[in-house]
Amino acid sequence: MSGLRVEELSVAYGGKVAVNGVSFTVAPGQTYGLVGESGCGKTTIGRAFGRQVARSGLITGGRIVVDDVDVLGLSPAALRRWRAEALAVVQQEASAALDPTMRIGTQLAQALRARGRDRAAARQEVPELLERVRLPDPAAIARRYPHQLSGGQQQRVVIAAALAARPRLLVLDEPTTGLDAAVEREILDLIGELRTELGAAVVLISHDLGLVGRLCDRVGVLYAGRLVEEGPAGKVLSDPAHPYPAALLASTPGLGRNRRTHPLTAIPGHPPAPGEQQDGCSFAPRCPLADDLCRSTVPTLSTAPDGSTAGLHLVRCHHPGQTAQAVSQPEPLPEPQSAASRSAESDRRPESAVSQPSPLPPDGGPLLEVRGLTRRYGKTVAVDGVDLVIRRGEVVGLVGESGSGKTTLARTVAGLGGRGPGTITLRGRPLHPSATRRAPEQRRAIQMVFQNPYSSLNPSHTIRTILTKAARSLGGPLDPAGLAHEAGLDAHVLDARPERLSGGQRQRAAIARAFAGVPDLVVCDEPVSALDVSVQAGVLRLLDDRQRASGTSYLFISHDLAVVGYLADRIAVMYRGQVVEQGPAEQVLHGPHHPYTAVLVGSHPPAPPGQGDGAGTGCRFAADCPSRVDGLCDTSVPPVRDLGQEHVVHCHLDPARLPHRAQGSTAP
Amino acid sequence: MTAIALPYARRRHGAALGIGAAIIVAWAVVAAFWPQLVPYEPDLLDPASRFLPPGSAHWLGTDQFGRDTFSRLLAGSRPVLLVAPAATALAVVAGALVGLAAGTYGGVVDEIVMRVLDAVVVFPSIIATVLVVALAGRSVTVMVLVIAASFVPIVARSVRAATLVEREKSYVEAARLRGERSWGLTVREILPNVSSTVIVEATSRFGDAIFAAATLSFLGLGQPPGSPDWGASVSDNRLWLQLAPWTVLAPALAIASLVVGIALVADALRGRWEAGRS
Repeated sequence: MSGLRVEELSVAYGGKVAVNGVSFTVAPGQTYGLVGESGCGKTTIGRAFGRQVARSGLITGGRIVVDDVDVLGLSPAALRRWRAEALAVVQQEASAALDPTMRIGTQLAQALRARGRDRAAARQEVPELLERVRLPDPAAIARRYPHQLSGGQQQRVVIAAALAARPRLLVLDEPTTGLDAAVEREILDLIGELRTELGAAVVLISHDLGLVGRLCDRVGVLYAGRLVEEGPAGKVLSDPAHPYPAALLASTPGLGRNRRTHPLTAIPGHPPAPGEQQDGCSFAPRCPLADDLCRSTVPTLSTAPDGSTAGLHLVRCHHPGQTAQAVSQPEPLPEPQSAASRSAESDRRPESAVSQPSPLPPDGGPLLEVRGLTRRYGKTVAVDGVDLVIRRGEVVGLVGESGSGKTTLARTVAGLGGRGPGTITLRGRPLHPSATRRAPEQRRAIQMVFQNPYSSLNPSHTIRTILTKAARSLGGPLDPAGLAHEAGLDAHVLDARPERLSGGQRQRAAIARAFAGVPDLVVCDEPVSALDVSVQAGVLRLLDDRQRASGTSYLFISHDLAVVGYLADRIAVMYRGQVVEQGPAEQVLHGPHHPYTAVLVGSHPPAPPGQGDGAGTGCRFAADCPSRVDGLCDTSVPPVRDLGQEHVVHCHLDPARLPHRAQGSTAP
Repeated sequence: MTAIALPYARRRHGAALGIGAAIIVAWAVVAAFWPQLVPYEPDLLDPASRFLPPGSAHWLGTDQFGRDTFSRLLAGSRPVLLVAPAATALAVVAGALVGLAAGTYGGVVDEIVMRVLDAVVVFPSIIATVLVVALAGRSVTVMVLVIAASFVPIVARSVRAATLVEREKSYVEAARLRGERSWGLTVREILPNVSSTVIVEATSRFGDAIFAAATLSFLGLGQPPGSPDWGASVSDNRLWLQLAPWTVLAPALAIASLVVGIALVADALRGRWEAGRS
């Protein structure tokens, strides 16, 4: 049989089981998705295909068969040859996979030579490879060094190198993590086209359920090293039979999902670490409907009771199909009874009951006004004449690709940016560009939650010290225990230093610190981008709860539209330093909206990349715009189109011709 | 992987730390209590027993004046263990302050401070010492100051580098949002996180200071000739190296043992620090 066949694969690290009897098959030309939280064994399986598990790991059993080749039985020399000829792996960080001191062409030629081409043939084939991954002007790209390419272009080059082998098995491990939404879509489209072209078995490893749903034929859900559900992607990701994927779906924000209508449900706790396995179903401690049977006996992987005809659908659950509905309800999960293992983890705390659907906030007066703000770094204009208003009690979402200036804008509002033209006023009073020069009352009013929870808390201080200092200097009540409690942190975390806390707990502590002085505006700079899906859901709900309880305004930044759409009342879309559109969240996401927003939400395919640098006198997006009008868009500044309800779009297109999202295309 | 690698690393560092610390403590005890420990007066001349090889009466033999080498070895530990720690402490405190200031204020301050330190580094330290001793005379204070001055740039550079790394982290920005300003912010938020750098620097510089003190005395720029100081002893006795090698070997090995002991501690501390960071 051709394709990939994995049989009862088991991997252990230092005697601790990380992958436990995993079996699945992938036909040539098919794509198989492996999903699950981090620590569930996805990447370990990905590395086992080339027998490249980390040094302390050992493949303890099972078979991996690719086109009738038993990979685990190959001799070292044969294995090396097989890897060169038949295996291609694309890792998460493209920049780390490329040698920064070597030109792209040289690196690709090297990859080709490793696959047996001679020098001349390799050199000839490089432009063809680059063309296959849809890179414009292959000859020019081949002469460049990796740092001269964008993240998306780098990832294309890595894929090109993978294609040099004419692989029989293509492993993609989180291939788009860290890329902007529009670039991600380009890479996904490319992979989608290539898989039919190649006829190879493709395994896609990702924590992103939406991505897997778009690209895969079949999906395997991993939990604690075991497959808990396996079946057709459409079925598993829309109507899962196992409570774990159901809970994952309920904790994933999707476009069109707002906190006021569809609150997220965080999965309490976290997956067991390898070797931490107790008796019974490994998901039982986090499962809302676990009973004594679940806690004592490991369920077997058997056919799901839904009579699916689209293909084999397997589930490892004692109550298949029943729990799915229970989990996806918006009610908070009950406190898990077996709090045995890790009481230090408080990501499992249920959120308070304020997460019920509620109406839009009362129409508050303006709190913060940004007028004509411009910030330059050398010759680069990071923020170019931005106007923005944030009202009392309102969450303003700021989206845009990296380099669009959204972080510069947010940091300037917080008082951490540089100087430049334009004004920021808080309740009509001007704000100094530097936080340390602002009045204490103004500092209290504006606080910030940072992106990286691993560097935003001082490693030398305990959480109590951190919260006490913040409360003292911001003039809030000196009650670190109360602050921690409001942020969903257990009291015993107070006397721990940040290194003992999980990522989710750290971000909760950082949120508690931001609220120490009862602020009027909290600037949130990508606060959940470093967190796992289920932890992200918990932190988003905490931000939601704190916002409702305190009436604080947020300026919320994310590259992830679904995350912004979940929290925001209004959204501003930035492109190359300018706000191209702003308005009520739902209208911005649904349209009619700016063509760039359309590309971001995926209702519009992006134009072929790299035809201009947006340096013309007209609309910055003109060069990449699918609906540009030549001779107009690239030469004159677009007018402001008012679509009502304070929804404005900067575009030459007539409002009636602006794109909008097709009905029913709500991503998961 | 770290979970498996760490216990082994801890054990290895633990043994090195123990041995190194034992050597240092032993010499420190000797330096403090040598008058009670020596079998002979270190400066007692005995022309009748010159150049005696090691034996039961004189464990490490005698020198050209019939002085007991073992007693002089013990007595010689005091000047070294007086000068080296004092010079190290001075260099580390001054260097850390300079490094923190340069890292905190940046810009022009940083530029001026670092260029001055560069100038200190490029000036050959032996020539500088000869000049200073010629002007100020030979004394323990001069020795301490000269050694400390040559170490300040080294300490300052690594503390500045560590400060620059910490300054970019967002907990520092969070402190600025609370209104903390440059120097107070540095002392309260950054200093605790560069303290491991300071400690590792201190142990490394301590070993170098022992060596520097011995070198200065050997060159006649530190302890006066005739002093039981190890560097001075090696210098005094090297003329009779072939006749009485023990008189040179004993103080030389003593210097080596102390330097190695400190190096073991320094390596162990650095290893722990790096293991803790990863």
